[in-house]
Amino acid sequence: MPEPQSRRPDDNGGAIAATGAGGGMDLATSEGGTLEQRPGEPGGGTGGGAGGEATGRPRSLWSDAWRDLRRNPVFVLSGLVIVFLVIISIWPSLITSGNPLSCDLARAQDGSRPGHPFGFNGQGCDVYTRTVYGARTSVVVGVLASLGVAVVGSVLGGLAGFFGGFWDAILSRITDIFFGIPVVLGGLVLLSVVTSSTVWPVIGFMVLLGWPQISRIARGSVITVKQNDFVQAARALGASNPRMMLRHILPNAVAPVIVVATIALGTFIALEATLSYLGVGLKPPTVSWGIDISDASPYIRNSPHMLLWPAGALAITVLAFIMLGDAVRDALDPKLR
Amino acid sequence: MAEPKRNDDSMDATPNVTEVETADAATVAESVAAIEAPAQRGEPILQVRNLVKHFPLTQGILFKKQVGAVKAVDGVSFDLYQGETLGIVGESGCGKSTVAKLLMTLEQATAGEVFFKGQDITRLSGRALKAVRRNIQMVFQDPYTSLNPRMTVGDIIGEPFDIHPEVAPKGDRRRKVQELLDVVGLNPEYINRYPHQFSGGQRQRIGIARGLALNPEIIICDEPVSALDVSVQAQVINLMEKLQDEFNLSYIFIAHDLSIVRHISDRVGVMYLGKIAEIGTDTQIYDHPTHPYTQALLSAVPVPDPDAREGRDRIILSGDVPSPANPPSGCRFRTRCWKAQDKCATEVPLLAIPERFKGTDGHTAHESACHFAEERDVVHAA
Repeated sequence: MPEPQSRRPDDNGGAIAATGAGGGMDLATSEGGTLEQRPGEPGGGTGGGAGGEATGRPRSLWSDAWRDLRRNPVFVLSGLVIVFLVIISIWPSLITSGNPLSCDLARAQDGSRPGHPFGFNGQGCDVYTRTVYGARTSVVVGVLASLGVAVVGSVLGGLAGFFGGFWDAILSRITDIFFGIPVVLGGLVLLSVVTSSTVWPVIGFMVLLGWPQISRIARGSVITVKQNDFVQAARALGASNPRMMLRHILPNAVAPVIVVATIALGTFIALEATLSYLGVGLKPPTVSWGIDISDASPYIRNSPHMLLWPAGALAITVLAFIMLGDAVRDALDPKLR
Repeated sequence: MAEPKRNDDSMDATPNVTEVETADAATVAESVAAIEAPAQRGEPILQVRNLVKHFPLTQGILFKKQVGAVKAVDGVSFDLYQGETLGIVGESGCGKSTVAKLLMTLEQATAGEVFFKGQDITRLSGRALKAVRRNIQMVFQDPYTSLNPRMTVGDIIGEPFDIHPEVAPKGDRRRKVQELLDVVGLNPEYINRYPHQFSGGQRQRIGIARGLALNPEIIICDEPVSALDVSVQAQVINLMEKLQDEFNLSYIFIAHDLSIVRHISDRVGVMYLGKIAEIGTDTQIYDHPTHPYTQALLSAVPVPDPDAREGRDRIILSGDVPSPANPPSGCRFRTRCWKAQDKCATEVPLLAIPERFKGTDGHTAHESACHFAEERDVVHAA
């Protein structure tokens, strides 16, 4: 499958000058469809310009989707929020100089004051600093849980959809069983026995309960793509199963999985907060919005600021991811275009 | 369903068909078939014997129990010779496409054999199957789903070389792909475009180029033009005829458009409900049909001349095609046939030259699976 890159850059009208742009484009295309949005957009643009071809630049589902998304205010807004969240979770000290764990009981439940805009919580810790540091936990849990669910779910669902038959039937029944487990109840039961205070048990639990949803979607998507003639054509050419899966089915079946995983990311963040609130998720000294909400809830009438800031941050984050997922779904669905 | 007798019959039939061909050659002036027919027949390149495909109907969620079978293809036999085009016609659901998939071994045959140059390919797997696939390729019906939308044209046409690297050395592939684009009449510079940048006809040419890449000897065309505009149909058909001459290809051309099949085919097989009802040269089938189903099918061909239309012989069949899960006993066509008698319900008519026409030189002497075969020229009736 990988062809020598050097041979191809003379593609667009044979312009040798296009080597840089064309080379980058070819690299991505021959590595398998998932990366195609990049070549489709900038690569295609440069290529078309350099080669001066009369026809339009190459377009793919991904490049069309990207063009749609850039013009979609919902996507731009939620994207900015998410970029901001990612930045502060990597470098929280960019916007706060405080330490989320240095608390002074003398200031417990105090309101806002210069240098401490969100006030203090019941332990006398700075709410602003804790809210900023809490983002890291939420983003890490959300991203890792989504990734885990997407990988486990799409591998299992994809294989079941591709091969069908007995194991497919088994897997489908297992997903049915998992769908029957109430998430919060399952979390209370399973996580209450865990003593570790890291994020890993929580992420593991989310993957455990979350994969069936993605697995179903991946299975359905693979079955739909598998019926296309181009898969039959590849088989008729003598293509091996891995080749058909990676080259033909995966690039065409991955879009719904990405969409659902993005939307699920928001719900995982909310679930982490829920579980932490219930006392079975993350445990101090981990800084998490869920823990802070839980700690603040008894004092909601006297000191609402302790609850509102982390809860607000949580709501905005979850909303941003769900809106992003929605926008991506709309952009990837050609019927809505 | 496959009667052991059938095997002998079709073996016997082969010399007969050749005989008829010779008879055609004698009356070359009026016979289109003789002009289109290849000069010499020789050994058949593909021999299909009693091909059967039953799709199981199952019940149950985890442990599936078979409660019946859709008899999509139920005992089909025919030969294909080097350089000829065999048309297969029939209405929707008669098993045409399943035959194509069986010949491509995209589906596993329930029973029967397909001999490619004497080798049974239905039970092959692994490397041997891959080797055979080099020689038998397929052009698909829908040019919109038969090309991977995420691959460039160069990657699509080049994929056969990736799978069979022995066909073209690595450094040579790009040039080969461009040659193929040129052969099918597309600009070789289109190599970096995606399928959706092409029209339906152009896409079908890409599909044909992919089929040609491995230099196959047989191309199976499953309704290759039925998804295209009429004007584009002609382009694609002409291209296919040109390629046939150029590369000495054998085609199995599956379609439901009778006029196109007549145009391109040397011989035609008519399918009904998983069986071949009648098979012969195009003159034999179109001008001298002896099976009632063929006659009914031909009488439904639109006639562009209003005067001729007035007096023509229209056969209107009553009822629907019976379910292939539960086909009628005896002759499959008897439930809709105006000639049906008791014999038709009990005895399966064999696909053979009818007794009464045996030994005659006329065009009626071709294989027809009917107990009461007689000629009725529905096309020219006035």
